[in-house]
Order: sequence, then structure tokens, then C-alpha cells
Amino acid sequence: MSGVAGHIGLDVREAERFLYREARLADEHDYDGWEALWTDDALYWVPAGGDDTDPERQMSVIYDNRHRIATRIKQLKTGKRYAQSPPSNLRRLISNVEIVTVEGTDTVVGANFLIVESRERGTTMWAGRATYRLRRAGDDIRLAYKKVVLVDSAQALFTLAFLI
Amino acid sequence: MTVQYSELIQPERVHGSLYTDQDIFAEELQRIWYRTWVCVGHVSEVARPGDYVRKKVASQDVIMTRSKDGEVSLLLNRCAHRGNLVCEDQRGNSSTFRCPYHGWTYRNTGEMLGYPYNQGYGGKGKLSLNLGRVPRVDTYQGFVFASFAADGPSLKEHLGAAAGELDRLARLSPEGEIELTAGWLQHRAKANWKLLVENETDGYHPQFVHGSVFSVTGSHIGTLYSDKSAAVTRDLGGGHSENDLRPEFRKMEPMNWFGTSEARVPDYVAKMRALHGEQAEEILIEGAPHVMVFPNLFVAEISVFMINPVAVDETVQNVTAVQLKGAPEMNRRLLSQCIGSVGPAGMLLADDSEMYERNQRGVAARVPEWLDIRRGAHRERIDENGFRIGAANDETGMRGFWSHYRSLMEGKAR
Ligand code: FES
Ligand SMILES: [Fe+2]
Repeated sequence: MSGVAGHIGLDVREAERFLYREARLADEHDYDGWEALWTDDALYWVPAGGDDTDPERQMSVIYDNRHRIATRIKQLKTGKRYAQSPPSNLRRLISNVEIVTVEGTDTVVGANFLIVESRERGTTMWAGRATYRLRRAGDDIRLAYKKVVLVDSAQALFTLAFLI
Repeated sequence: MTVQYSELIQPERVHGSLYTDQDIFAEELQRIWYRTWVCVGHVSEVARPGDYVRKKVASQDVIMTRSKDGEVSLLLNRCAHRGNLVCEDQRGNSSTFRCPYHGWTYRNTGEMLGYPYNQGYGGKGKLSLNLGRVPRVDTYQGFVFASFAADGPSLKEHLGAAAGELDRLARLSPEGEIELTAGWLQHRAKANWKLLVENETDGYHPQFVHGSVFSVTGSHIGTLYSDKSAAVTRDLGGGHSENDLRPEFRKMEPMNWFGTSEARVPDYVAKMRALHGEQAEEILIEGAPHVMVFPNLFVAEISVFMINPVAVDETVQNVTAVQLKGAPEMNRRLLSQCIGSVGPAGMLLADDSEMYERNQRGVAARVPEWLDIRRGAHRERIDENGFRIGAANDETGMRGFWSHYRSLMEGKAR
């Protein structure tokens, strides 16, 4: 890694700080705060039936570009997105954080997660591995890509309407 | 206990126990799921000889296969020796299945091929134990249907008027065929399967349950189900029903049914005009059907759902995007719109699912004992083809479902 790339790329502590913050915003339903993390070329993807599907040809649980992320957030903010009204009680653990690579201006980060979701239906555990692309923007860090591969991605899933 | 269905299912109300009673659920498996025609998939999922994919018919684990002669079979995933699963991959391509337990092998049509150490059975070829097969398999517009009853009404008879709706779907393809090749989302709900069926053609709820997404996307779907809508709900007989949105679509431009314009899908529109000539306008304006095919196939314009009961209070709804053969330009849009709408995170279906789960919790309450299905009964009429129709947001489809359900459960129809 060159000196310049070292500056563009994030170290693991910076990456962790960002992931923890993103997790807290999602868990606490801070919709505006969470949406503000994304870059304009954002992609938010939760594949179904494995992790190597082609989202342009295969069904995904979520496959949102920046525009659709905005729609999803607007829907949540109406207060009448019944699948999140009332919102789920959530807490997630992020661990095994690794810098995978630096590609251009993006640092690719991998991490495992475990989310406990409590709703009237009952308590659901969501676990998996997420891959993020993080990008410096001045003093801030932005999220350009998040792929969430659930360990249960090949099974029937309950409604997943919170920000995962 | 013999359940008196005529008491539990009345013309304008149904009893809450129909959604919660274990014995009724068990009887439904016998009288509906293991007897009448149930949709399990589509031929395009096993396009090539040797292709197979695992499916469910209620709790039955079946393997949909295509033999080298091109025939589609449904095999029960149960070794004839001691009952092990003979197929554990969800999909693949193979002309045979080999049980991992003691190595018995079968052709993908179900016939036994062989077994190791054959002296234990008196030599080669002494056993002829085959995989179980679903007795009747038939297809319509590529949809694969299964019936565990060796005899009974044919698939054509079962589909009745619903067949025409599947024809309408297929004619949207420039090659006259749809494909279901995008894989399935499996959406699990803690609710009785009939709550899902009822919701599918309930035109009363969209403005309320889906108001959140309509308001932020500016979608016109809500108004299709308003009191001012010219759309109708039609009881197609046999438990099938549809929300016929054509009277509203006919007021609009081609491709508006899909929320787009012809300028945005020029190749598709050109192909359709070249193929259909003048009739293309009608097809491009009227669009896709919104039809519930009893008991478990639901086509909501661009999405295909197959409902699978798991328990009296649990159901898995499988869903995929309609793909039109010969229309790559449309297919990307169909897929994208479908992903946005359906499945566990869908902007529409996640909220429907929340409603039927709340329904299920609600009906556990003891009083009042009944669920009301009278909406629009007083203004129902018979259309020119002899079908019962109601307003866009009437419960005509639900009443049609229940009357057929009752005759099946009473053994008066098959
Ligand atoms: S159970 Fe299949 S070979 Fe014995
Ligand atoms: Fe709905």
C-alpha cells in the first residue's frame, strides 16, 4: 500500500468507528442520520439464496440504489410503514472487522454481525457477514456499498423491514 | 370430531376457528392440499433435461425433474428403502439420484436403478421399489400443478375461468411465454394460509396498508381501489377470483398498467406491435392480470406468488418476478420493481405480512367469534359472462373462495 493509498484507505480502527456508528443509527431508527451516510452512487444489497447471485437477474431481499434507499427511508418516516410501526426493538453486535482491500478511493471492509430483533411476533436473530465500501469525504467517511449476506439467506425469512 | 363446515362458513361471515383449529388444518391438508390441484412451480425452472429443483406441496418435499424425454415429474423426496432424503441440493442437473444412506439409486423419473451388495436381496434386479411420484402432474402456460389424487377433475376443469387470466399473462411476452427464472424469495409469516389468500384479492386494504408507499412514490395504485374506481372484483368460480383493473387501465396510455410509458420500453413495444398488429394496443393497455388461483397461485401483475402452508399459524409465501420470454428490456424492470415490492423487505408485501400476522393474533381473541365478509354483498351483480362481480374494494372474491372451500371440506366438490 503506497503512502497515498494509505491516506485514502482507512485503518481498521477508523473502519470500526464507522461501522459501530452505522449500526447504532440503524438500531435506533435514526433514519435521517443513517441515510446521510450514503454516497450518491450507493448500493444496498441483501441477496437471497446464497451470496453469489446476480442481482440484475435474480431476486434479492433488498437491492436498492440511492434513489430507492431514499424511498425506503421516506416510507419508514411516514409512520405508517406497518412492518416497522411500531419499530422493532433492535441491538446488533459487529465483530471480526477486517480491511479486505483498497480499491481506488474505497476501502472494502468485511465484518460479521448478530442482530436481535424484538417485535410482538417474537424475537428473531439475524446473523451474517456484511461487506462495506467506505470512502473518505473531507473529514467524514461515507458508505458507498453494503452487502448483507444472511446465514439464513437460503431459508424462508420473516419480514425484515428494519435497516439491516 | 366432525366439523360442521356449513355452520362455520356462512354467506356473510366465517368462524375464527377456521384459522386456528389444528384439526381443521389437518383436514385441509387431506381435502385440499393433497387432493385438488396445487401449483408448485414453472417448467422454466427445469429448462434442460436432467434439471431438478426441490419444491414443497404443503409439508411434502418433492423434486421437480425433467427427464431426457422432456417430461416433467414430481418425485417424493423419500428413499424407498428406509426413507432418507434422496436429494439434498436445492437444484441441479442429474439424470439420477443416489441415496446417501445405503447407496440405492433412482432415475430422475423415479424408477429404481440399483442397490449395492445385491445378494442381500437375492441378486440383481430382484427389488422393484421406486420413488413415490405425485400421481398427477399437468402444466398450464408453463405453470406446473400437482394433484395427489389419482383421479378427479382435470387441471383444465380445475382452472376453469382462471385459465384465461394465465393466458393474459403469457400474451404479454413477445414469444407468448413467461419464465420464472429469477429464483424465489421465501417470506415466512406467522399466519394461517387463508389469511394470505384472502388478502391477495382484497381491494379494500391497499389504500390503508400501502398508503405509506403510495404517498412517497406518487403511485396511482391506491385510486384503482377507491370508491370512484371502475375496476371490479370478480368471482371466477372454483375459488378463483380477480381484481379486474382493466376498466381503469383502459382510460390510460399503453404501458401505464406497469407505471411506465412506451417511450421507456421502445424495443418491447415495437416487438409487441410487430407480433400482434392492431391487437397490440389492447394488450399493452390492459396489461397483466391480478388473479388468485385456488388454492395457492397468485399473480399480481408483475409478481408470481405460491403459498405454502407450514402449520395452522405459519405459512411461507414464495415469490418471484414475472419474466417475459424475448423481452430483456422489460425483464430488468420487472425484476427491479418486483424486488422493491415483495418479499421480507418489500415496500408492499412486508406490510401485508404484518397485517396477516396481526390478524392471526387477533382471531385468537374469543369474542366476537366471527370474521365479517359481507362487504358489497348487496351490490353484487352478474356480468355478461355470468360471473359474480363487485366493486373494486368489495369482498366478492373472498366469498367465492369460501364457498368453494366449503364444498371441498364438505366433500361436495373435488
Ligand atoms: S435409506 Fe436410502 S438406501 Fe437406505
Ligand atoms: Fe396488500
